[in-house]
Amino acid sequence: MFNKILIANRGEIACRVIKTARKLGIATVAVYSDADREALHVEMADEAIHIGPPPANQSYIVIDKIMAAIKESGAEAVHPGYGFLSENAKFAEALDAAGVAFVGPPVKAIEAMGDKITSKKIAQEAGVSTVPGYMGLIADADEAVKISNEIGYPVMIKASAGGGGKGMRIAWNDTEAREGFESSKNEAANSFGDDRIFIEKFVTQPRHIEIQVLCDKHGNGIYLGERECSIQRRNQKVVEEAPSPFLDEATRKAMGEQAVALAKAVGYASAGTVEFIVDGDKNFYFLEMNTRLQVEHPVTELITGVDLVEQMIRVAAGHELEMTQDDVKLTGWAIENRLYAEDPYRNFLPSIGRLTRYRPPSEVAAGPLSDNGKWNGEAPVDSTAVRNDTGVFEGGEISMYYDPMIAKLCTWGPTRDAAIEEMRVALDSFEVEGIGHNLPFLSAVMDHPRFISGEITTAFIAEEYPEGFEGVTLPEAELKRIAAATTAMHYVGEIRRTRISGRMDNHERTVGSNWVVNLQGESYPVTIAADPAGSTVTFEDGATLRVESDWTPGQPLARLTVGGAPLVLKVGKISGGFRIRTRGADLKVHVRTPRQAELAALMPEKLPPDTSKLLLCPMPGLIVKVNVEVGDEVQEGQALCTVEAMKMENILRAERKGIVSKINAAPGDSLAVDEVIMEFE
Amino acid sequence: MKDILSELEDRRADARLGGGQRRIDAQHARGKLTARERIELLLDDGSFEEFDMFVAHRCTDFGMEEQRPYGDGVITGWGTINGRQVYVFSQDFTVFGGSLSETHAQKICKIMDMAVQNGAPVIGLNDSGGARIQEGVASLAGYAEVFQRNIMASGVVPQISVIMGPCAGGAVYSPAMTDFIFMVKDSSYMFVTGPDVVKTVTNEVVTAEELGGASTHTRKSSVADGAFENDVEALAEVRRLVDFLPLNNREKPPVRPFFDDPSRVESSLDTLIPANANTPYDMKELILKIADEGDFYEIQEDYAKNIITGFIRLEGQTVGVVANQPMVLAGCLDIDSSRKAARFVRFCDCFEIPILTLVDVPGFLPGTGQEYGGVIKHGAKLLFAYGEATVPKVTVITRKAYGGAYDVMSSKHIRGDFNYAWPTAEIAVMGAKGATEIIHRADLGDAEKIAKHTKDYEDRFANPFVAAERGFIDEVIMPHSTRRRVSKAFASLRNKKLKNPWKKHDNIPL
Repeated sequence: MFNKILIANRGEIACRVIKTARKLGIATVAVYSDADREALHVEMADEAIHIGPPPANQSYIVIDKIMAAIKESGAEAVHPGYGFLSENAKFAEALDAAGVAFVGPPVKAIEAMGDKITSKKIAQEAGVSTVPGYMGLIADADEAVKISNEIGYPVMIKASAGGGGKGMRIAWNDTEAREGFESSKNEAANSFGDDRIFIEKFVTQPRHIEIQVLCDKHGNGIYLGERECSIQRRNQKVVEEAPSPFLDEATRKAMGEQAVALAKAVGYASAGTVEFIVDGDKNFYFLEMNTRLQVEHPVTELITGVDLVEQMIRVAAGHELEMTQDDVKLTGWAIENRLYAEDPYRNFLPSIGRLTRYRPPSEVAAGPLSDNGKWNGEAPVDSTAVRNDTGVFEGGEISMYYDPMIAKLCTWGPTRDAAIEEMRVALDSFEVEGIGHNLPFLSAVMDHPRFISGEITTAFIAEEYPEGFEGVTLPEAELKRIAAATTAMHYVGEIRRTRISGRMDNHERTVGSNWVVNLQGESYPVTIAADPAGSTVTFEDGATLRVESDWTPGQPLARLTVGGAPLVLKVGKISGGFRIRTRGADLKVHVRTPRQAELAALMPEKLPPDTSKLLLCPMPGLIVKVNVEVGDEVQEGQALCTVEAMKMENILRAERKGIVSKINAAPGDSLAVDEVIMEFE
Repeated sequence: MKDILSELEDRRADARLGGGQRRIDAQHARGKLTARERIELLLDDGSFEEFDMFVAHRCTDFGMEEQRPYGDGVITGWGTINGRQVYVFSQDFTVFGGSLSETHAQKICKIMDMAVQNGAPVIGLNDSGGARIQEGVASLAGYAEVFQRNIMASGVVPQISVIMGPCAGGAVYSPAMTDFIFMVKDSSYMFVTGPDVVKTVTNEVVTAEELGGASTHTRKSSVADGAFENDVEALAEVRRLVDFLPLNNREKPPVRPFFDDPSRVESSLDTLIPANANTPYDMKELILKIADEGDFYEIQEDYAKNIITGFIRLEGQTVGVVANQPMVLAGCLDIDSSRKAARFVRFCDCFEIPILTLVDVPGFLPGTGQEYGGVIKHGAKLLFAYGEATVPKVTVITRKAYGGAYDVMSSKHIRGDFNYAWPTAEIAVMGAKGATEIIHRADLGDAEKIAKHTKDYEDRFANPFVAAERGFIDEVIMPHSTRRRVSKAFASLRNKKLKNPWKKHDNIPL
């Protein structure tokens, strides 16, 4: 085994690898850029080497700098994590040349799988199912129909030069194939000046399901089940789970065996992932192979009890696999939610800044991995597990230079429902302040009926949130639970207020038991009866909810039991009430005496200021270009200016037709969120 | 007998109706509550004891003798806020537009006299069209009687004004002399002369809202200390403020049970100061992490944002906080921020509220605008206020404490009791670059030499230890333990006794 290993990565994955290396008694070396001086992976590693300025192309992906760090530290092996140099054949070659072990597959395998066309060819040769299609030129409509029949309907007719949906048709029968071919050809000729057309199988209700494989250098290979990664936003995975709610044992076996066959065909030796697209009839087709550790590998670890990083390191050190395919058992269900520093209310724009508060839920070990990463047999009944892979800490800075993913929250349960329920509570308990993040969106997905049913496809987010994420409206039952909880919390706070010094003797304030709770536009008159163990809240219809909690005023997280079920609230202060965040909802809650409520009802509703005639800066950033002048008439969709944030140029466009009346920003200006860039008449 | 008793009830019912249901409805239609409803929200349930319910005016001019409603446009009395006594007057816009008559003024004066005598705060809920014109000079005399009492009560009991409707002309000067003015957004305004007069005299066209609305007074003029969305919110927040204040100048600030560990460690504060000395950070994060339960009542939040003022609690007891805000103008001192902080410091000193000062100040803002505006005298106000204050004073320097501004911000030399610094503190006459350019003027052409000199200066002065060597800094503390250190410091000062020499009063550079 190695004595010292260098991790050529940063963030959560570097921390993740360090944890396993520590467990194996291997010393760890971190590398860091200027932006990561104070980062968690640097803190965790036994030693750390500075490799340059913040941009990755001047630090983390510069092979020479990593090689120098290896030399300086005397590391015998390198784990590349994912991204950066993990699938870079040149890097693997350089390591080979230097006699340093690469914790990943051989160079040849990286090269073979790195090219789309080559990999597809190898896959076909290895007997792996690929998307049926005809790559050659198609002469006329008759030929198109013939080919379509060979492939089997439905088919997709695509322009070679196509993109953005142009020159693309889906055909379900001969007539449609004939028409589709003609119109695609015309459109392609007009749009791209290139009328070459090809036809392939159209995959209906596509799911993204991938197989984890593990191979050693002695010709052994196994698969560790699948991961369902269909919940994606613009090809960025958001939620993953293992196993897939869709696969049956036969399909799993077929996919697994093909994946192993492919791995063996390229002499694979490490952990790797074979990605498939699966249609509504459980037909599966090879997409590509990722020759590295996947971001979402923890869900596989949680249901198999196998520490994939440990296995990768052992394989790299030349060890033979300890287990055979028969040893692989999938136990229970695991779900991963990726926490991104992206603001869901602002169309998922990246958010940067200081994490003024960062308190993940406590990790709880259970299930297959509970015994120090060793296989633990059958899972205990009724237990659940929480795992959080993270690379950030409270007081740390989310910079603009790297991936906005800040944590991977995983839960495990004996069943899918149990894992989802555990995830809901874990998300509610996850405290992140200082930056915009997608926790509310994740909570919304966990409560989405379609997700709960398991009927998901890669179009889930696009279909279910076509206008973006606009927050969550909670159902009546949940509102009542929150109303009961906040009444109890308000009551505790008011009782405390009466205990202030300087009171008039014998004229103390008595806190009443009747209250009216106002939230999400609803009013609930309630009565509270408090006792030493908690309080009972009675609603107008006589229904009661028992509230128990050790919450005290000022705590930002309230863990309660309401009506016998757990309720976790993030509690903030607003003028005269609480800001409550739970289950993806963000509520203003007011608890008032009946008289206060009566008078509050007389207050005029104030509408937020009309911003429709303003262009607001959607993120903190730098104005690089202003495309219009005062007096210009702009059309809907016309580019108005460019704001650079997180190294990304964002073009801001007109939402409607209008005339520019005032421009408040010039190129070079640094703007905060919601600053007015320009005004319209 | 029964008849006699029921007559009282009838008269009371009459008085409670103020200007009648029609006017009450009109008041509601404007989004405003009535004077009595406001008192209900301000005070503990059922605690209000009214005075002078049957007072009526004595004017006989212009047919006024025909209308003599009970109460005369103001409701006065006392009650409790969380069991603590306060006096209150609430002007009734439904009666003569809340205008101030001789008797209206007398009612206010009566409760002010009692408040001073009995040591309880006065809270005024203002909603008045101005002087009762029919009464002429009698009304003006009434204002002046109130003014005199505001002056006498100042520093004896806290006085809070809530502007909940119009407040114009002479009427503004009573709130102006109280400790805090709060306004209700969109339904209140304050000005000395209204838009019509402004137009006649200066030709300026301006709306009442622009001239004297909540936004104007919280952002531009600094006349108001805060603004709230509506009456209900405003009164709830005044109750919250009263929980921070002592009842009078003979009492210690209030203490209440707290649910926060005074030794709470905040590791994240160790990374609050950015690596680059020119990068701002949010000082409010530090305030919230020091405070009990993260509870901070900010005063003048929207004005001179380069300094932050407000109240927190430590171990359940009120502490006033003054802090430079590096996010705005680099946290420098200027005319506005000096005035804002000076007034706040003097309020705290009046009422025995200990002061916590958090320092990150690069100096005073330079420029003709500042000098012509008299930054010398305005800056001196803050220096004077700190220097004369005898309450417990604890200071924490987080980063920059440069030049005269270092002296001003509650330094050891002006009787700071505990002067702490974080290891990131830089206590010097000025930044290294500026200092080097003066000391080594001869080398100015030589970039290399200047760089070396700058480095030397930084090594020598860009730290808290030179000051600590001299005892100007009592202790260099870890950022993460700031709450514990500061709480303990104030705990040790609970019996502090310090007296300034006898004087009639001082002569602060107003």
